[in-house]
Amino acid sequence: MVSTDINIKKSKAFDVAEIRKKFPVLERKVKGRDLVYFDNAATAQKPQVVIDALVRYYHQYNANIHRGIHSLAEEATAAFEATRDTVKEFINARHREEIIFTRGVTEGINLVAATYGRQHIKEGDEIIITGMEHHSNIVPWQLVCEEKKAVLKIIPVDDNGDLVMDDFEKLITPKTKIVSIVHASNSLGTINPVKEIIEIAHRHNIVVLVDGAQSSVHLEIDVQDMDCDFFVISSHKVYGPTGVGVLYGKKELLEAMPPYMGGGEMIKEVTFEKTTYNDLPYKFEAGTPNIADTVAFKAALDFVNETGKENIRRHEEALTKYAMEQLSAIEGVRLIGTSKHKTSVVSFIVDGAHPQDMGILLDNYGIAVRTGHHCCQPLMNRFEIPGTVRASFAMYNTKEEVDELVKGVGKAIKMLK
Amino acid sequence: MNAVQTIQETEDEITEEFSLFDTWEDKYEYIIDLGKKLEPLDTKYKIDEYKIKGCQSQVWLIANEKEGRIFFKADSDAVIVKGLVSMLIRVLSGHTPKEILDATLEFIDKIGMKNHLAQTRSNGLLSMVKQMKNYALAYQVKMNG
Repeated sequence: MVSTDINIKKSKAFDVAEIRKKFPVLERKVKGRDLVYFDNAATAQKPQVVIDALVRYYHQYNANIHRGIHSLAEEATAAFEATRDTVKEFINARHREEIIFTRGVTEGINLVAATYGRQHIKEGDEIIITGMEHHSNIVPWQLVCEEKKAVLKIIPVDDNGDLVMDDFEKLITPKTKIVSIVHASNSLGTINPVKEIIEIAHRHNIVVLVDGAQSSVHLEIDVQDMDCDFFVISSHKVYGPTGVGVLYGKKELLEAMPPYMGGGEMIKEVTFEKTTYNDLPYKFEAGTPNIADTVAFKAALDFVNETGKENIRRHEEALTKYAMEQLSAIEGVRLIGTSKHKTSVVSFIVDGAHPQDMGILLDNYGIAVRTGHHCCQPLMNRFEIPGTVRASFAMYNTKEEVDELVKGVGKAIKMLK
Repeated sequence: MNAVQTIQETEDEITEEFSLFDTWEDKYEYIIDLGKKLEPLDTKYKIDEYKIKGCQSQVWLIANEKEGRIFFKADSDAVIVKGLVSMLIRVLSGHTPKEILDATLEFIDKIGMKNHLAQTRSNGLLSMVKQMKNYALAYQVKMNG
């Protein structure tokens, strides 16, 4: 085994100390201690460039977009649309109009469920999801199933937290219309074989939505290569502002879908008799969007691109490996989610200790972890646990911080025994 | 069990006990210890009817009335919550509905545990206090009716 130490500290292109300086929140203290922020899978901290872009928008060119002819409106529109171009590049979409701005992944999935789903799902049809979905990729489909009397089917998860792929194709029938799967699990870290799933689904003419909430910050995303039909992103997990997300959809699918919300911006012509809808992407962007945060989202993507996804990935992988080794060496700790293909999520439980007790004690050591079911109750039921303690790493986390976590876990266990 | 002292007196007593602790670790160790010592609730009460569902941990609470006083018993699957619950029982159990309804429970703030009652701590403790007061209100209505 190559020493994890070397991987973490001596990557030439990647200097974590320099990176940390770019995230102002990392300087703060919590309960008198240096903050150790390991709740990145919930939301990532923001670099100064993102905060600056947000403030600059309000300082210098706040205006409503797309219709004004004055200079500020033009500048705001240009900045807003520049983010669309950057997103297009970020996920390698074919066309810029395939990029729809939303409030986040949840809205993206709801949009597809409420438009494509309601248009194509008939009584007795089937939708397939996985056993490791976040509630946001379960409930929107349940709503469609309830309305249309359709059936929700689940690809099971094995003990390591991998999908039981042999079962997937068996679940498919001529009634299967949609497959909606998480790219990387928020609670286990498992990276699912989405390309293989899409390939199989397409053989049966089934469209596939990929939930990229957790993957877009860690993995190279190429929607053309992946060949997914829909892909959803939340900006705030990619070091960008909250309240912005992206729905990518293949152009021909988006064009055939009915609008999601009605209002301004999404129309071409309105009379009381008949309204014609605007072209993509505006058909799905009714009302004044979240301009400021969308503009600042570009700064986040540029920042990730400049730092280099591959560099970030190598750093996070080393941290994850180190944390898994160190934590599993503590007596009573059991890792949940031990797939060979993982993002930087380390979930664990401690014998005889409720995850919440661990979380409360760790917080007092200044360590921010997430405890609970992570909005994945069905998955927790599958592992027969009330929840886990989850540490999730970002580009700015360090080996020393992992050491703090390991120390904290050890102390917390001692206190709870 | 008779209410030999007022709610305020018990609150003051707990506040004084906590003033002896120097570090947060000492405080939590004490709370954890209280949690472990809390008499477990009979499993027949650990059902949805008595459950106060928090986001992460669960609390079960039962109340009985005897000679105009309310007696609480509770349990939780998380030990720190159980310790906090144990203190609430010590303070409120054995008092009249009016006394329970009037209780300000300021000791929680004084011992530095107020954050556990905050909305952001979805551990069911806030709901538990509300539920204890609801029981008191229900008994008060019943007694006066």
